[in-house]
Amino acid sequence: MRRRTNVAGAITKNTLAWLFAVIWLIPFIGIFVTSIIPLEQVVRGWWGMKFSSISLKNYAGAWSHPTAPIGQGMRNSLLLVIPATLLPLFIASCAAYGILRYRFPLRKTIFIVTVMLLAIPQHMIAVPLFQILNNLGLINSLFGLLLVHTAWGLPWIILFLRGYFSTLPKEVEEAASIDGAGPWKTFLRVVMPMSWPGLASVASLQFTWVWNDFFLALIFIYNPKLLVATQRIPLLRGQYHVDWGIITAAAVLITTVPLLVFALLQKYYVKGFIGFSGK
Amino acid sequence: MTSRTREWALAASFVLPAVALMAVFIIYPSVKTLLLSFFDEQGSWVGLKNFITLLKNEDTLNLSRFPNTYPPWGSLIHNAVWIIIHLPVTVIFGMVLAVMLHKVKGGPFIKSVIFLGMVIPMIVGGVIIRFLFDENSGIVPLVMRALGSELLGKTWTAYPQTALMALIIGSIWLWTGFSLTMHAAGIATIPKELYEAADVDGAGSIRKFFRITVPMLTPVTSVVIAMTLLYEIKIFDVVYAATLGGPGGSSMVLSLQMYFYAFRRLDINLSSTVATLLTLFTVGVGIWLTRRNLKGEKA
Repeated sequence: MRRRTNVAGAITKNTLAWLFAVIWLIPFIGIFVTSIIPLEQVVRGWWGMKFSSISLKNYAGAWSHPTAPIGQGMRNSLLLVIPATLLPLFIASCAAYGILRYRFPLRKTIFIVTVMLLAIPQHMIAVPLFQILNNLGLINSLFGLLLVHTAWGLPWIILFLRGYFSTLPKEVEEAASIDGAGPWKTFLRVVMPMSWPGLASVASLQFTWVWNDFFLALIFIYNPKLLVATQRIPLLRGQYHVDWGIITAAAVLITTVPLLVFALLQKYYVKGFIGFSGK
Repeated sequence: MTSRTREWALAASFVLPAVALMAVFIIYPSVKTLLLSFFDEQGSWVGLKNFITLLKNEDTLNLSRFPNTYPPWGSLIHNAVWIIIHLPVTVIFGMVLAVMLHKVKGGPFIKSVIFLGMVIPMIVGGVIIRFLFDENSGIVPLVMRALGSELLGKTWTAYPQTALMALIIGSIWLWTGFSLTMHAAGIATIPKELYEAADVDGAGSIRKFFRITVPMLTPVTSVVIAMTLLYEIKIFDVVYAATLGGPGGSSMVLSLQMYFYAFRRLDINLSSTVATLLTLFTVGVGIWLTRRNLKGEKA
């Protein structure tokens, strides 16, 4: 009796679980299908697609769109995102290590302020930061946006890595310093290489977040040639009708990058996510 | 140099670049925004006048329409409605799914699929919401027409009656993966012995869920609640891509209102007031979470 209810329970559980999986997948499937069929078929419902009409025309159209080419946007995003991942990662690693290992005045204050900064929304810095960057001639500059992303990433990366570094065995560092390695050499040659799983978590998250960012780019980049990928999506709306084929192709294109990061670094990604939120 | 000043200099070489960047790019601008919200355009101190102006504005609070008729109700109420619906649904649904997927075949795959909403750019999330609720290409209006509803069979994002609901439902689809992933990680840490002991006592699975799983997950759940609240308070990209706050302000939210005040109307002081209000809410959530965590550590 008991066994039979267990089997029935397991079947319902499995069916329900897969039902949810399908519900969650339908929007993605819809977007993808729409991106590979002509607009006339989308208007009649993408679920009635004909396999004979599959083409990559929408992708070509989105890639070199006359007013908001996604290809150029992806190039800009990539140029931004790589340094905007590496730079804060390095600067925050140094700070996290310094706060953890050394005693100095204001150490606690710096730590507490860093924690508090996590609660501040980007809207709080937008207007004055616009004025600062404007004075420096860094509006419409990917370098200016890089500086903003670098600073914005620091608080969470510092806290994350401070926690991570504190789990490393101290003996290794002591051994290095007995061997005559200075503090910087110990940090760069011993601590950093030992921490690569933590650094991978941070890098995968920071990379995706900067790639996915829309708000900061919207405020600091106006030059049509310099717009990053996410900024171009809202510009792809057709004048008289919504050109779903082009929009969905662009959406698929810019989503491939974070998707790839997630697929390749899933373990570190999810670990970072949980660690970041758990702090 | 004494050894102590040498240690300070060394520490400074590690810490100073980060501190300088945070001071210039986060702390200074935040303080300036805070101050701007207490001054007028001419630069004279006006106390709470900007806040009163903001709350009396129909963009923020429209009590002549709420709750008697459909939106626009004002951004503050829209954010509140968002929280009232989105928070319990995503938190509870994510937890239930985490328990359900724990021992299901293909569970990790389904988890990854539902987590995708957290990986894709939110601006794409907004596009997908528009697409899902579009009269021609959307699944939701199609189903609603089949069920015989005329209003819900149209493009949801184009009508003030439905725009806000489309965004909220869509953002449930986007955000449930967060609650699911966090709770799934929490479930993995619950000692098996607890369930074995409950089995010996003959407890059913519903009883085990409420007596073991839910209480053991409380620390995780409070983190999920806090992060979800922060997401709901700051929601921006999704609204920008799907409705731009329209039609007629019927899906306007605080963060988008701040952006429009600052960069379209160029009303720096009122936009700073909205930003300060937003920060008041997010910092409130932050303090709640920190105190909860500290209490948890002591206990």
